[in-house]
Amino acid sequence: MPLVTQPAMNSAAAARARRARLNRLDRRANRALKWLAWIGGVLVFIAMLLIAYQVIDGATAAFDKFGFGFLVHRTWIPVENKFGALTYIYGTLVTSVFAVILATILGVSIGLFLALMAPRRVAVIIGPMVEMLAAIPSVVLGLIGIYLICPFIAADVEPPLHSVLGFLPFFGAPQPIGNSLFAASLVLTIMVVPIIAALTRDLFLTVPLELRDGAEALGSTRFEMIRGVVLPVTSSGVIAACVLGFGRAIGEAIAVSQVIGDQPLDHLNLFLGGNSAASVIALQYTEGVSPLQTPSLFYLATILLAFSLIVNFGARQLGRRSLLAR
Amino acid sequence: MSAIPDPEHALTASGNLRRRLLVSRVFEGATVLAAALAVAVLLILVYYVVKHGVGVISLSFFTSDLPPYTGVGGGIGPALVGTIEMALIATIIALPTGVLTALYLSYFAGPRGDRIVRVVLDLMAGLPTIIIGVFVAGLITNHVGPSGLAGGLALSIVEVPLIARASLEAISRVPQILVEASDALGMARWRGIVGVVLPTASNGIVTATILAVARASGETAPLLFTSELYGQSFSVDPRHSLASVPLEIFQLLESGYSASVSKAWGAAFTLMVVILAANIGARVWLRRSERKRGL
Repeated sequence: MPLVTQPAMNSAAAARARRARLNRLDRRANRALKWLAWIGGVLVFIAMLLIAYQVIDGATAAFDKFGFGFLVHRTWIPVENKFGALTYIYGTLVTSVFAVILATILGVSIGLFLALMAPRRVAVIIGPMVEMLAAIPSVVLGLIGIYLICPFIAADVEPPLHSVLGFLPFFGAPQPIGNSLFAASLVLTIMVVPIIAALTRDLFLTVPLELRDGAEALGSTRFEMIRGVVLPVTSSGVIAACVLGFGRAIGEAIAVSQVIGDQPLDHLNLFLGGNSAASVIALQYTEGVSPLQTPSLFYLATILLAFSLIVNFGARQLGRRSLLAR
Repeated sequence: MSAIPDPEHALTASGNLRRRLLVSRVFEGATVLAAALAVAVLLILVYYVVKHGVGVISLSFFTSDLPPYTGVGGGIGPALVGTIEMALIATIIALPTGVLTALYLSYFAGPRGDRIVRVVLDLMAGLPTIIIGVFVAGLITNHVGPSGLAGGLALSIVEVPLIARASLEAISRVPQILVEASDALGMARWRGIVGVVLPTASNGIVTATILAVARASGETAPLLFTSELYGQSFSVDPRHSLASVPLEIFQLLESGYSASVSKAWGAAFTLMVVILAANIGARVWLRRSERKRGL
């Protein structure tokens, strides 16, 4: 407050001037904020376009040379300048599919347990612990994979599986050393389970209580309530969660490269070494021995990028179709 | 059916009902087992890293230069500095971008812009991190060589979708009544956003940033080609390659000497403790602050 009272006319004019100044400032600041926010949105969009452009651009030399045949050729011999991606695509798909099957069974069960069965006090402790699994850095998981998971499965998991399911080509004779497609699948499973568990738990929590109570009032057991009400209502969301987990699995490079064995792959046997697209990029990018190797790795990256975009977009559309989507 | 059914018949499990109850119990038991398995895996992993890593830890492990190829002597000092530096660079880029994107989606986007940016955020969140590494390598490193700045840029692409989505969520949870009150007082839009919405959402944004930094500092793939390091050179200048803890673990393992491997365990222990502590801390803090506000 000014100590000296000023003449009325003057103060009214000053107030008006002040208000005009404020209005001008506000208008400018409004516009500035709007522009800034717009720039933020556009920056994200441009970054994505730039990523796609850069990856595809790096692959042109390989694309010109090999065309789409790259996708179906099996030879990858850098010193002879022969490149084909089939074995790596196979390695990526087989490890990811196997991991997602395991992770779906485990993850959806955990989601059901946390959302519908566990007492609240248990759920608030177990839930974050499962999510903690996703926070473990992939290089640490790979390290554990090398020294704990690989020896364990080579000694105690692969031989029994081989003797029981050995008639399938996927479960052939194991190696004494555990680094294999199977080990990579298990490491990926550990990464994907928390994703599916957390997403499906949140989904199951949105099922209206009236539906669940209605089913139980009609005399269904808990299992029948889940099978008859909860899962049908949430099915597209559950599938979306699994697809998202699949997207995470195909893109993992570091942990996979540490346990997958890095062998040329001419077999279906999960117990032998192989390689995946992401991990071969991680392993070979810095050691290009022939001029077409780096473009070929970019070509692999393009394939991986296309997979990832399709999978994530598909998961998004599925999730939006969910009956309970907000 | 007899003329007068036993009134207590429906209350005793028999025949079919007994079987249905059994199926249900077995199913419930299976879900409990699945949850127990996940928790057991977590505990085994943590125990295994602690068992192998804790013996390596000492003050000099954190302060001395990177170990030589054989892994004898040395520590992870430069790697710690490099990880902190690159996480800082990444956050300086990603925090404003992420929050501004969230503001755009919350207040300024038309229906088409909204849809496009949301789709892009989802796609970016699912992007394989090795692709981010390849992208930054093709964009920057192939032309001017690896640097901490390039590594930080790659990590920022990891952080942006995490920060943007969580900020969006935090902004959408700001009580509508606060926004309406500020509008009713005749406040300008920007004053409402800067003075009311952002402070109210700040808990969520800070939590998201901590989680994003924790996630980024554990990433190896984006740094593999963008801030690669040869030898033991120690630099804190982000215009040159910076060491980082995850990449150091990866490289120590590749050399395969037992001394290197035990250094890798020590580094993994350090990384895991910091990241898990950041995760737990951020969650606890968010829950407490939300409870305080009655959310």
